Amino acid sequence: MELENATEGQDDLIINVGPQHPSTHGVLHIKLKVNGETITDVEPHLGYIHRSIEKMCESHTYRQFIYTTSRMDYLSAHINNQACALAVEKGLQVEVPARAKAIRILMAELTRLASHQLWWGCTGLDLGAVTPFFHAFREREMINDIMEKTCGARLTMNYAVPGGVMADLHPDFVKDVKAFLAEFKGKFHEYDELLTGNIIFEERVKGIGYISKEDAISFGCTGPVARASGVSCDIRKLHPYDGYENLQFEEIIRTEGDCYGRYLARMDEMKQSMYIIEQLIDNIPEGDYQAKTKALIKLPKGEFYQRVETARGEFGVYIVSEGATTPYRIKFRSPGFSNLSALKHMVVGGKIADLVAVMAMLDLVIPDIDR
Amino acid sequence: MNNEELKSAILAIQPAATFDESGEFLNVHISSELLLPLMLELRNNKDFYFDYLFCETCIDWKDHLMMVYHLTSKSLKHTLVVKGKISNRDNAEIESVAGIWKTAEFMEREVYELFGVKFLNHPDLRKLILDDYWTGYPLRKDYSDPVNLIEY
Amino acid sequence: MDVKEIKQDPFPGLVEPTDDGAILVTKLDDVINWARSNSLWPLYFGTSCCAIEMMQTGASRHDWSRFGFEVARATPRQADLIIIAGTIVIKMAPVLKRLYDQMPDPKYVIAMGACAISGGPFYYNTYSVVKGADHIIPVDIYIPGCPPRPEALLHGMISLQEKIKHTHNGQQKRA
Repeated sequence: MELENATEGQDDLIINVGPQHPSTHGVLHIKLKVNGETITDVEPHLGYIHRSIEKMCESHTYRQFIYTTSRMDYLSAHINNQACALAVEKGLQVEVPARAKAIRILMAELTRLASHQLWWGCTGLDLGAVTPFFHAFREREMINDIMEKTCGARLTMNYAVPGGVMADLHPDFVKDVKAFLAEFKGKFHEYDELLTGNIIFEERVKGIGYISKEDAISFGCTGPVARASGVSCDIRKLHPYDGYENLQFEEIIRTEGDCYGRYLARMDEMKQSMYIIEQLIDNIPEGDYQAKTKALIKLPKGEFYQRVETARGEFGVYIVSEGATTPYRIKFRSPGFSNLSALKHMVVGGKIADLVAVMAMLDLVIPDIDR
Repeated sequence: MNNEELKSAILAIQPAATFDESGEFLNVHISSELLLPLMLELRNNKDFYFDYLFCETCIDWKDHLMMVYHLTSKSLKHTLVVKGKISNRDNAEIESVAGIWKTAEFMEREVYELFGVKFLNHPDLRKLILDDYWTGYPLRKDYSDPVNLIEY
Repeated sequence: MDVKEIKQDPFPGLVEPTDDGAILVTKLDDVINWARSNSLWPLYFGTSCCAIEMMQTGASRHDWSRFGFEVARATPRQADLIIIAGTIVIKMAPVLKRLYDQMPDPKYVIAMGACAISGGPFYYNTYSVVKGADHIIPVDIYIPGCPPRPEALLHGMISLQEKIKHTHNGQQKRA
């Protein structure tokens, strides 16, 4: 399958989408082969934001390397940091205080909400509706304010550190989160009214980008993409971390397997995230927010793998340690990379406009894919 | 299956395999030539049924390269790490597993350009991330770039 | 609190009302600069995290259309301002240069965030990052931060408007 040699004597046309294209959510480059309006071949080209993070981490200490991960999947920044902190804690065998665990989960779920809100707004934008964008960002700003009060950053937080979190909660935290929950719950029906039942929107996503359960597993799809195809893959349920095992929530599993299923899965996930926050917000344990760790962490020789559930799916940190203060090798298993590999399977045979819908529902974050 | 059962079942298929249980998961070490038959068995045998490859990467151990495959079974809920040792660094070759797990196609393309491991029988082995004219394998330990990288 | 009053620049010139319209006395440069600075059309160009803050700047709370930036274009041929929001890597550099070349003159560049200024957090031990977008295209305004707040981006864009208002025939006035 060489796209370069495919033009001669055929009716197929080659179209480049990206690297600068608003619907790719960044700098993804996709070579399309089309026959009329129908896509016959797709070839993603990555690397337009490959920042060599894995090489860079080899020269950073175990406290320093965490900040790079918040710039990978910047919409799940805290969850990425949490994964790295958990991996280092696994090597150190440190017991994290209960308060730190609760704070981490609260921030992780707020991050997930913020990420899904942004996805929802941008999905509308991609499929031709501008209004959802403004609705989504109205509530997203409230979450950003909470994050800023808590740790000083709106987006790239670096709040989780090995042993706990960097600082204690702001005294207003509980009040702010409750205010946000009340506001968001009161306005959630607007989200449904604007897109969910909208006939134009439904026509664009129903039956588009189908992937079966077996293929989703084989392609390594995770997160809402796989759960819409009926794969149980929520790491919070399968391999609980930081006390998710003590919380009540449902894993959203749907059977549609198309873009509409992914849309509904994310919408329901937002409700579950709110439910998790509600359980915890009045029950944050008192005590330390950080366990004592050495300033310069040395991990014992060995390998440590930690997976977490980000807003996009399964994120894995694989640390190979040789007993030094810096990791010997770090691999980040990013959910977007595997989800993107299924793109060809989803769009070939569809129309060009379907590609935009599929990419919107995959919720790609390109720096997370390229690393 | 628990780790002991996995060990005996794998030894029954491939007696040359060695095991390492020091980490979180059971590790199987095997040389690169023997990898593909074992992988086929792990995927297709109903007792193993490792249908989900969640992480595939490579480690440069200075004198040899090592492919690392993290496998898990969605239905049987067991996890296994398979490590394939590639002794020849200069002409590193290993059989591709892209025909077994589709996600491996992209992951192997990434390893190919960052570590220089050639995957035999890969459907589309080309550069994915770096420029087409890029030389060298940046994630190898002996990669040198005097302009950008600091030597230790 | 002493709040400085923000005055919207009036039309640069003298307007003399007459019976059927008005007579306008002004300098051509001033009028052109006034028009240019108040209708900057930015290009949708975000590579990483800063792009999210750029979106926030355009969204509900911060609303950059208050200052005339809302006509964000997806094609460089219709834009006259490129906001480099995110890291530029070696593979992206020729693309950025081409986008810049495709934009019609006069064109302006804002480097948003630490990565676009100098490589930022990815300065050391990275083999693929361009250490500053100004190695590729000329930059008018630098906005520090990782990522900068929306207010900082707005301040940078207003500073660019100020800069445009002090140009002469498209060239910057010498001090």
